[in-house]
Amino acid sequence: MIIIEEKLVVSSSPHMRSVESIQSVMTDVLIALFPAALMAVLLFGYRALITMVISIITAMLIEAVWRRKRDLFSDGSAAVTGLLLALTLPAAVPWWLVVVGSASAIIIGKQVFGGIGYNIFNPALVGRAILVVSWGGHMAGDIWPSPQPFAFGIDVSTVTGATALAAPEIAMTFSFSELFIGNIPGSLGETSALALLIGGIWLVYKGHIDYRIPGGFIATVFVLGAAFGGGFYGNQLMTGLFHVVAGGVVIAAIYMATDFVTTPVTPLGRLIFGIGCGLITMLIRLWGTLPEGVTFAILIMNAATPIIDNFTIPRQFGGVNKSA
Amino acid sequence: MNESNVYLQDLSRGIIKENPVFRLLLGMCPVLGVTAFLINGLGMGIAATAVLVASNVVISALKNFIPNQVRIPCFIVVIATFVTIIEMVLQAFQPVLYEALGVFVPLIVVNCVILGRAEAFASRKPLFRSLIDGIGVGIGFTLALGLLALVREVAGQGTIMGPDPDSAIHLFGAGFEPMGLFGQPAGAFIALGLLLGIVNVLFKRFKIQ
Repeated sequence: MIIIEEKLVVSSSPHMRSVESIQSVMTDVLIALFPAALMAVLLFGYRALITMVISIITAMLIEAVWRRKRDLFSDGSAAVTGLLLALTLPAAVPWWLVVVGSASAIIIGKQVFGGIGYNIFNPALVGRAILVVSWGGHMAGDIWPSPQPFAFGIDVSTVTGATALAAPEIAMTFSFSELFIGNIPGSLGETSALALLIGGIWLVYKGHIDYRIPGGFIATVFVLGAAFGGGFYGNQLMTGLFHVVAGGVVIAAIYMATDFVTTPVTPLGRLIFGIGCGLITMLIRLWGTLPEGVTFAILIMNAATPIIDNFTIPRQFGGVNKSA
Repeated sequence: MNESNVYLQDLSRGIIKENPVFRLLLGMCPVLGVTAFLINGLGMGIAATAVLVASNVVISALKNFIPNQVRIPCFIVVIATFVTIIEMVLQAFQPVLYEALGVFVPLIVVNCVILGRAEAFASRKPLFRSLIDGIGVGIGFTLALGLLALVREVAGQGTIMGPDPDSAIHLFGAGFEPMGLFGQPAGAFIALGLLLGIVNVLFKRFKIQ
């Protein structure tokens, strides 16, 4: 006769439990963003730090007031939104612009839809889109300060220029290693592909993001850049690589296109989502009037997410095809 | 219910309980299209009110002579007549406003607020009540347009009484950089959405049904 030593617990589902919570995942994302934030401070000085702090505090305050909770950090999603927004801003933006952007990211991007889990669009990108449309003079054009590595006291707003994406002639003034490490004019967090990739690998290792979205996104940008980019930087493949490391593709692919709420849940859907983001980005970059199209690419694909999910529902194991 | 109470209800219903913009979401096209400046919004509201009152009265007076099968074309003909009159009046006496409103003046013909009142109220109710109803709904429409236009102009331009530089009052001084979003059509949707949310909260708070 077999005697069962341990008692079997009979209970209703769910049976699989995880120690992960929204708070722990968001903390992991913050950790993953740390290298990029550090690079931003190293390159653009104390102004970068001030911008990030203002953005995060505004986001957390607005969220706490809206939800009438004393807990400032709460589930951490507001801090992530605030930091992501700050990393997409130029180094020399005035403080009130950061406040308005961060507040509209939380209010219009997230809370009016019902808070975390219900928003249709990526909140940080909603904030950025509102800022671009409202104050184009601060957000685009020849306003990007040149980075001053390790010179924390220098006023970054003195020397400004266009980003590498503005024209091939400007792109050619930067070497490829500069583009990869991030020593180029651009948004705070987008310039350093290296720091972003370190955080991205950590997130994939922790299982928080699916490689399909960044993979599809970056591969599409590379292929289209190589095919239609114009072939500067020596040859076609290097032009493709240039389109990946210049501008916001890396930060967007790893941290924004992988937002848990606003992207598809099915594996195939995620691949389609990533490819769609890359396609729209390159359409705007190569044939549109704006130099960079990452923001609007992801927002447009966010809107398409329910349709993608609907058409990519995987077949149930053991199920049969419904006869039409 | 006594006589005056009915008229008072007809008047207030269009302003509050059945506000065409904030409660019924009718006539959204001019609401979003012409509210970049307060003057344009109010001008549009007043023009639409004039057409609404006149068409309500005429349709109510003719309701026994309009065959049921062709009532919509008959309403449209009446409304179009008054829109044409308003258009000519605006062109003659308010050319600047006429230019600013552009295509939205002739589009009053197909404004659902006016056709809706004709169909739902004027074609069934007595003449005087239709007149009061038209005034009430018109005031509600004008107030809503004015409110939205005020929000959009203050946030999007930093002025009141623009766009004419002579009459424009700058609220925040020269250093103010207006939020350009609200001057654009996308901002009209966002501003309207936020206002609708606030109005809904207020209605819930004061239990207006």
